[in-house]
Amino acid sequence: MCATCGCSSEHALDRDPAHPHGAHDHGPDHAHAHAHPPETPQTSTAGGDGRKPRLIALERDVLARNDHLAAHNRGWLAGRGVFAINLMGSPGAGKTALLEATVRVLDGRATVDVVEGDQATAHDAERMRAAGVRALQINTGTTCHLDAAMIGRALAELDPAPATLLAIENVGNLVCPALFDLGEHARVVVVSVTEGDDKPEKYPHMFRAADVLVLNKLDLLPHVRFDVERCLARALELNPHLRVFRTAATRGDGLEPWCAWLLEGARGAGAQATRAATTA
Amino acid sequence: MHELSIAQAIVDTIGEAVADGRVTRVEIEVGALAMVVPESLRFCFDLAAAGTALADAELTIVQTPGRGRCRVCGEEVALADPFARCDCGSGALDWLGGDALRIKTVEVA
Repeated sequence: MCATCGCSSEHALDRDPAHPHGAHDHGPDHAHAHAHPPETPQTSTAGGDGRKPRLIALERDVLARNDHLAAHNRGWLAGRGVFAINLMGSPGAGKTALLEATVRVLDGRATVDVVEGDQATAHDAERMRAAGVRALQINTGTTCHLDAAMIGRALAELDPAPATLLAIENVGNLVCPALFDLGEHARVVVVSVTEGDDKPEKYPHMFRAADVLVLNKLDLLPHVRFDVERCLARALELNPHLRVFRTAATRGDGLEPWCAWLLEGARGAGAQATRAATTA
Repeated sequence: MHELSIAQAIVDTIGEAVADGRVTRVEIEVGALAMVVPESLRFCFDLAAAGTALADAELTIVQTPGRGRCRVCGEEVALADPFARCDCGSGALDWLGGDALRIKTVEVA
């Protein structure tokens, strides 16, 4: 769905070329950071008599549709100057607790909206509303991850104000969410010390895909066997560009550097939108 | 189990691209580093294809090898899966290829 104009998701890929989309214009000569699928597949007729099976060379990335919708979300967010993070991690890593603590520590320094993804229940959205922010719950049913279409619909419904900090909490899962671009600015993986320090080795794709690693529940370190340096070394071996924050969310430890990074991202997204608006 | 979403994306993409006719064969390239298990994809494809023009389609999965360059020793190495390490023991690998997940060809009757 185009969250700017409300075009239905059915038409997201073949909309009226004369219909402008604000920050993400779909005119015929518009600039794109992403590729469209080819319009006409090459067709060859085996045998040439038209009755035998036709072989169509489709040559399309399976996730092209998701990537296209993600690029659309990215354009929508950029137009509004909304900084979006995709928060991923195992069930129970403390993703929601980290967001609750983040809201508490930010203390109004940024407007925070939250999209919660779970297979069932609205528990997390209720927790975030109780923390004092707007929250939208997505229930994915049997699906084990959020995708770009779900986020497109969520953006239209939640309609975050310009310069909002948007936290998208993905379904608790260290595998599937890594494959689906949502259009976010940064991917954050939360690992807690109660999980085991070999998570990067077991789930390398997630740690390769992430921009940020939050190592959480550090207050429980005296009670568990978890080698912090080993975990971080393995994660950084997979992905040397990972930015690392160390937190104990429920106790409030280590949150200021994390919040400073979020605020810096929000400022950057806001400034970019302002620049784009003044040069448009 | 993201293979179900992957299978659904395959069925949707082909359904949009092929206006009429019955799809008899689908060839998918799955790279060794694509994080997709061919057997799961096969199982999910049948579920996603049921009741569509792809219902009786035969799924051919072409697996392509993974390649990476080690950031420690500089060697280019073959990677059998996303968990593979360099012969020198390092897991610091830049992936050079083998993460494709692509619909190659479709046969329509």
